[in-house]
Parts: sequence; C-alpha cells; structure tokens
Amino acid sequence: MSTFLGMPARAPKGVGHLRGDETFPQAARTALANPQLRRNLHHATTTIRNKSGRVIAELPDWQDLRAAGSALKAYTMGNLTSLLEQLEEKVTAAGGVVHWAADANEANRIVTDLVRATGEQRVIKVKSMATQEIGLNEALADAGITPVETDLAELIVQLGDDKPSHILVPAIHRNRAEIREIFLRAMPGVDPSLTDDPPRLAGAARKYLRDTFLRTRVAVSGANFGIAETGTLAVVESEGNGRMCLTLPDTLITVMGIEKLVPTWQDLEVFLQLLPRASTGERMNPYTSMWTGVTPGDGPQNFHLVLLDNGRSAVLADEVGRQALHCIRCSACLNVCPVYERTGGHSYGSVYPGPIGAVLSPQLTGVEDNASLPYASSLCGACFDACPVRIDIPSILVHLRDQAPHPRSEAAMMAAAAYTMDRPKLYARAQRAAKLARIAGRRGRGLPPPLNGWAASRDLPVPPAETFRDWWRGR
Amino acid sequence: MRIALFVTCLADTMFPAAAKATVQLLERLGHEVVFPTEQTCCGQMHINTGYQKDALPLVKRHVRTFEPYDVVVAPSGSCVGSVRHQHAMVARAANEPGLAARADAVAGRTYELSELLVDVLGVEDVGAYYPHRVTYHPTCHSLRILRVGDKPLRLLRNVRGLDLIELPAAEQCCGFGGTFSVKNADTSTAMLADKMRHVLETGADVCTAGDASCLMHIGGGLSRLRTGVQTVHLAEILASTEA
Repeated sequence: MSTFLGMPARAPKGVGHLRGDETFPQAARTALANPQLRRNLHHATTTIRNKSGRVIAELPDWQDLRAAGSALKAYTMGNLTSLLEQLEEKVTAAGGVVHWAADANEANRIVTDLVRATGEQRVIKVKSMATQEIGLNEALADAGITPVETDLAELIVQLGDDKPSHILVPAIHRNRAEIREIFLRAMPGVDPSLTDDPPRLAGAARKYLRDTFLRTRVAVSGANFGIAETGTLAVVESEGNGRMCLTLPDTLITVMGIEKLVPTWQDLEVFLQLLPRASTGERMNPYTSMWTGVTPGDGPQNFHLVLLDNGRSAVLADEVGRQALHCIRCSACLNVCPVYERTGGHSYGSVYPGPIGAVLSPQLTGVEDNASLPYASSLCGACFDACPVRIDIPSILVHLRDQAPHPRSEAAMMAAAAYTMDRPKLYARAQRAAKLARIAGRRGRGLPPPLNGWAASRDLPVPPAETFRDWWRGR
Repeated sequence: MRIALFVTCLADTMFPAAAKATVQLLERLGHEVVFPTEQTCCGQMHINTGYQKDALPLVKRHVRTFEPYDVVVAPSGSCVGSVRHQHAMVARAANEPGLAARADAVAGRTYELSELLVDVLGVEDVGAYYPHRVTYHPTCHSLRILRVGDKPLRLLRNVRGLDLIELPAAEQCCGFGGTFSVKNADTSTAMLADKMRHVLETGADVCTAGDASCLMHIGGGLSRLRTGVQTVHLAEILASTEA
C-alpha cells in the first residue's frame, strides 16, 4: 500500500535568491539603458561563445556526446530515489555524513549548525550555485559567521555587495575599472596603489585569499557531480581556489542539489567532455577535484554532504518541465541568448539567469512567483542548439507560459481571437475591419497597451486594400 | 503537382503580396495551387502566449482543412514550425491522441516555401529577375526549427540581376518573437536595433526573409528611422520576372 503525500513543496518564500523584486520587463528596461553593462555583456558573451564554438567544432562526436549526456540525465531522473540512497550509503561508508534538506531554510540551518559545532567564526566558500540559491551567506552572517567567497568573480560580487549575474562568470557585468574600485573600497589589507591592470587585480585577490585559506578551518562547497556508484563528489573549476578550499580545512560541508547525480564513475567520461567545452570554451578545465568521504591524514577529516531539494521534486513531477533538472550549469545558453546578452542576469531576478533560469526559477518557486520569466524569450531556439545535454528550453518555456497566470484583458482578447478564427465568415469580416487600423496611422498614435509597445519603436504596416482571400475569390 | 496554400493569417490579412507571389510563382513553375477557404490561423500565437486550450479548435480546424491534400505550402517558416512541432503537442496535452496522429500526418506533408521548391520540386533556379541589392535574414524558426539551411540563399543566388550581400550576425534573432515584441517591447527593440545596424552595414536596398512576421518587425523599425531600406518577402523576389 502506498500513501499519497501530496505534491512536493516549492522553494519557500523569504529565503534565498530565486525571486526578483521586479518583473522581467521592468528590470530589463533599466538594464537596457546601461551602456557599460551592454558593452561588457556583448564583449564577454561574444568572446565565450566564439571560443566555445571553436573547441566544440574540434569534436567529431559532439552531437553523440550531447545525446549521451541527455540520456544519462534522463536515466538519473527516472531512478533518482534509488541513486540518492546509493550515494548516501557510499558516502556514509567512506566516513562522510549525509544530511537531507527539504528546502532552503532546512539546508541553511543544517550548515549553520555544523559550522557552529566547529566553533569557527569564518568559512571559505567554493563557487556554488546551490548555496547562492538558498541564500546561505546571509544565513551564516545572521549567525555571526563570516563567509568568504574564494572564486575571483564571486569575491568581486561579494565585496561589491552585489548579486551574481551569470552562472559561470558572476561578475560579467563588471569591468576592470569597477573591480579596482570595489577592491580598494572593500578588500581587507589592499594595496592603495592598486591599478586596473588585470594581473595586478588578480595579484591583490591572490594575496588576500592565500592568507584566508591558511587561516580558515571550515569550507563550504557545492558540487558539479555526485557519483552514486562510488559516493564521490566532483568540483570542476579554472582557478584552483576551489581546490584550496576542498583540501586545506579540517571540515568540508558540501551542499548539492539532488539532481547533480550521475549513476557511475564512467559517466563522467561524457560530462567532463561536455561541460568545459560548452562552458568556458576549454578542452579541459584546469582543475577537477574529486573526493570520496574522508581520507585519514589527507584533506578534510570531517565531511558533510547536504542534499538539497528546494522545489526540485516538484519540478521532477512535471513531465515536460523536468528536463530543466538535466542542467549541468555550463551557461552556454546564456552566452548565446540574444535576450540575456542585452538585459544581463540581474533582470531575471534569480541566481539562475538566462534561458535556463527562465525555465528553472519559475518551476522551483511555482510559476505564479516568477510569471514574467517564461516570457523573457523570443523563442529563437539558440539555447536548445547550444545546450550540451539537449534541454529543449523553448518547449519548456511554451509549456510554462500555458501554466502562468494571464492578465485578464489579454485572456479575453485571446479567447475572442480564437472564437473569431474558428469561424471563417466572422474571421473574414474581422480581417476587413483591420483596414480601420489606417486610422491609427503608421506611428500608431493613441493605440492602447500592449500595442503601443509595438508602435513606440516600429511603424505599423499599412493594411492592404484587400485581403488575400478576397483577392483569391475575385481572380 | 497540386499544392494547397496555407496562407497564414498574417499574410492573408496584412501581407497578401507575399501570398499572391507564392501562388504566381508556383503556377509559373507549372503547378496547380488551391486555397482551402476554411483555413484561418494555425494557432501559433495562442500556443506561444500560453493559451493552448484556445488554440485547440484552431489546430483541429487546420488539420481538418488540410487533411485532404498531399502537399501543403506556407510562405512562413514560423507557421510551418508550429504545425510541425506544436500541433501534435497541443492535441496530446488535450488528451486527443487521434488528433495528434492526424496533426503529425498533415505536418509531414507541410512545407515552408524554400523547402517545397528545393526538396520537393527540385528547383533552385525559379527563373526570377530582381535587379536590387538584397540581404537575407534567416528567421529563427526556419533556421532552428525547420533547419532550412542555405536553401533560401541557393534560390536567391539564382535570381538574375540580384546582388546578394551577406548579412553580418545573420543568425541572431531580430527580436520579433510574436507577442514577445509587445510583452518585452524594450528588449525586442534592443535586438531590433542591432539587426537594423547589420542590415544597414550591408548597404542593401532590400532586406528579405521567409517570414512576413519578422519582416513586419524589421521593416517597422527601418521605416520608423526612415532608412529607405525596404523589407520584401522571399516569395515576392522569387515571383518577380523580367517581363
């Protein structure tokens, strides 16, 4: 006998960073008017996508790899319960402790309690989307614990009291002059003669972080992959700062979304080819760190794994939308998206921006809390082509639009249009009435919303003297 | 060959020249064109705006209307894309597997104009004459849903008198996106600004594409700025002759 436990919960309100203060069109309007942001985004996304395109073109079996990645993720989602239990068993057997967090509040409480138990006042952090999602830094700060981001870009964001705007390059909206200002203002012990020369900026961060690495005994990380077969966790990165956090402290706490699983060690063969090429445009990322529980005398001697749901089970319940959980956080879809390239990540109001954010955030929170995001796309399809695990983002967007709450006037207009279009005679009369649009003129003066949004930048077409069907009847 | 014209509601109502050109072109190539008058709209606007229930009767109407024909053509990559990738989906979501199968069958016989010409009719030189500097914008749905590839370009390269100029960053979306153009008018306009900049860089007199909808958007912007650059549907260029 089975018991129906109800629909799985969504990510709770009031904690974490999955909901914005403004709708997408409102936030985008502000972003579009920022010339520095537009230039930075255009430059960065163009550079990454060209680089990525070049290294992907080197692989004759790229399409097969994408298909394999997609199939592995589909298998994982179909067997998630047993694979998670297998992971727990293996991590536990290797000396780690596994915690299950239903949502952001629970995960934050678990991590905070674990840090408190060590008596430490500071933690170093590996770049992690999951901990950004749940607002762990704020929760730690509330408990009197100082989190220090060690990924260079995350550090820039943290010191600037800012929010990440890209999954991979969280400070993509900043240029070197702005970074210099942030460092001079907020980095402890910074050299006041710092210039905006990139090696000087990196040097300043290195000096500050080295000192912090050596003095901090607790680290918090996310994970790119968790291997059910062996209980191994993996983090891929470019800087090596993650590896410092994963090896130097006494205690390591990893927060991992439950969808980050892969069934076997061998499956990494596929993902470690897909991820760096799609993400940074590298053939192989510089650092791949893997650990299995605790190794006596080597690395952290206390290891905790926090498995995070926070709405993921609810996403899994949606047959169309669940593909979004296949995401490996490469951000290729951001870099090819013409909307993201112009509006930047903050417009999406969530730590998950761009096309994947537009399908993931509304599903984690419930679509009513992020109702404008499924519409933040022209459905151009570039994201689907770029996705290394073939997530059909445009189809999920269309699916979520169907679930989103609709403005009443729009719903009435759509119903009236459908009614008319299902009656050819009435439709033909309505078409002829379209000629009345001539009254509005090409500039569409006095048009009601949302049509005035069209006319603000585009002339209206001149209605023809006769419709095609009238011409056809008369020939 | 007997070909049924799926005119699309936009071409029927606002851009009949593109539809007339499709008829004239196919007739010139020796084919019979029929126009099933029960057709109205494929329902794409409803589907893409989140109104699949409202779209269901339109999908049913489309399937019923075009079922009797062996070959269906539309002067639009986007509307053919909706027929091919969305009609069966809407039917399945409404628990109508029978309709979904019929929709798939109709979709399998429905072609965008350049597909029909090159793949079905095997023509790349349609005997057209069009003495203008032209740049071609590959619309997203023809490119990434239908995968028409360079078929429209192959057709254009065979047009006498036509000076074809390559469009920079051609594969980037123009920013139309159906109701995206009004729901996110600012972002849509920002995308349009870049598309127009690239069109103007070519020095072309005419920007062409296989979709009247994207051309309405690009042309609306080019007209607002009084650039003097015209937007003309691919069918109209291919239908033009010297005589």
